[in-house]
Amino acid sequence: MAETIISTRELTKKYGDLKAVNGLDLNIKKGEIYGLLGPNGAGKTTTILMLLGLTEPSSGSAEIKGLNTTRDSIEVKKFTGYLPDQVGFYNDSSGKENLIYTAKLNGLDAAAAAQKAEKMIKMVGLDKVMNDKVATYSKGMRQRLGLADVLIKDPEIIILDEPTIGIDPTGINEFLDLIYRLSKENGITVLLSSHLLNQVQKICDRVGIFVKGELLAEGSIKDLAEQLLEEKEINLNVKIKDYSEQAVEKIAELDEVLEIKEQENLLDEIYQNYFKGGEVDARL
Amino acid sequence: MPGYNNSFRVMVNKEISDHVKSWKFIIIVALILLTTFASIYSILNLIKNNAGAINQGNNFLFLKLFTATTGSMPNFMTLISFLGPILGIALGFDLVNSEQNKGTISRVLAQPIPRDYFITSKFVAAISLVFLLIFSIGFLVMGAGLISIGLPPTLGEFLRIFIFLFLSGVYIAFWLNLGILFSIIFKQSATSALASLAVWLFFTVFYSMLVNITARAIAANPFALRSLTAALSRLSPNYLYNELTTILLTPSIRSLGGLSFEQLQGAIPSTLSLDQSLILVWPHFTALIAASLICFAVSYLSFMRKEVRA
Repeated sequence: MAETIISTRELTKKYGDLKAVNGLDLNIKKGEIYGLLGPNGAGKTTTILMLLGLTEPSSGSAEIKGLNTTRDSIEVKKFTGYLPDQVGFYNDSSGKENLIYTAKLNGLDAAAAAQKAEKMIKMVGLDKVMNDKVATYSKGMRQRLGLADVLIKDPEIIILDEPTIGIDPTGINEFLDLIYRLSKENGITVLLSSHLLNQVQKICDRVGIFVKGELLAEGSIKDLAEQLLEEKEINLNVKIKDYSEQAVEKIAELDEVLEIKEQENLLDEIYQNYFKGGEVDARL
Repeated sequence: MPGYNNSFRVMVNKEISDHVKSWKFIIIVALILLTTFASIYSILNLIKNNAGAINQGNNFLFLKLFTATTGSMPNFMTLISFLGPILGIALGFDLVNSEQNKGTISRVLAQPIPRDYFITSKFVAAISLVFLLIFSIGFLVMGAGLISIGLPPTLGEFLRIFIFLFLSGVYIAFWLNLGILFSIIFKQSATSALASLAVWLFFTVFYSMLVNITARAIAANPFALRSLTAALSRLSPNYLYNELTTILLTPSIRSLGGLSFEQLQGAIPSTLSLDQSLILVWPHFTALIAASLICFAVSYLSFMRKEVRA
């Protein structure tokens, strides 16, 4: 069993009467990708801010590598990278200049910073535009630049807050693949927050479901399905060869099946398929 | 801790280069330079033609470079008291909220630096620019004077000008800090710019009116009226600065308020020495630095307590 690298005990944050985060106990192991899944306003961002010492907990504590995140936040931030949900860059500078600035803030001298920045930019595939001003970048490019910015300090832990917001489906897949590869190749622990299950389940080893400041369930996607969906109705997509009435009837005969519905949003399905790289029949 | 100082220097460097490259800085500097040259040109013409009449027996002709007026152009002292606050506000009003709106603040604060570096580096960068600017312009004016009049300043004159320039920097720092404070309080840069300008306008235009009305309503006799007016006026940084610079650059002014007949009895109508002038304005000096520091302390505190969200 790998050692625990991020842990919180009874972590609580109150805004007046509202408990944004309520008695959170979180244990994340070294090298895993942990998904914090929950609707907007569940307290995901607040939790992340407390993990980085950017806001103080009302009670309880959080530790990263045994360091208290409020008191030793500077130490913690030396090996923890953070990608905010609305990542911002200095628009009048180039992507490379932005990264060099971050590298310098992490203690690198000018020459080493420039070298490192170029390396990171190549890694996320922005080398063609690295001398363009960030103002000209698309949302997806900014997000990738953000990842490079996080990686420039050679982090052991990366915290990503809603990293896929505003990117198109192809971009999302590429971005998540990149995170997955980095984590597995370099043993980086990743904490990723999202409100979209399908993204989280693609790359996360474990997932915590977080609603109204509390952790409802935790475990691998498979465990979670068992924990949450036991004895409940679920909707299932079935792929069948040679669609026919008989095939549908055969399925309907099964005892477990409650209802069969025809697909309504066919167009959406095709659109999704298009982004996955599948062929789309022009006649449809 | 060695690494921290380095990152502080990196941040200050970046702030300075951002300022110098920004259009608002270029425009304000151009404005200040143009008006200064116009003013110096007209004053030099005036001095050349009527040096004897202006000098009137005392030896402070060089200071007249900063204080003489020609009627059409304001002098350097007035220019700075007018354009200085605008320079300060322009440098300060969007320092924090623009980074918040761009979302760069949370990225910077996620780096291993103490949180107050963010605000102090901005302050240090802006203040060094202000002092650099004020002293270069002041020395340029002195140089222009030297070349065209050919009369070097005495040590006393030089020190007076030096202190005047330093105080101008402090005065501008007050407005800079006010701008920074508003940039922390207000989310929109436009709001904080307008708020800072509103405060400035209040003190330049309306405050003296208010003081007159209040003093007249309260004061019982003319003497009380005068001292009350002076006391109330000195709550305004503009008034403090104007009084201070006037006394510093005009050694013939001997008192801040009125002098009674007893006091004037037997007095020799001469100028004040530098240390006497300084004693006269020492309270102003302290008050101006204090106002500037309080403004910065409040912004520092409110920034440290602010929760930073992207």
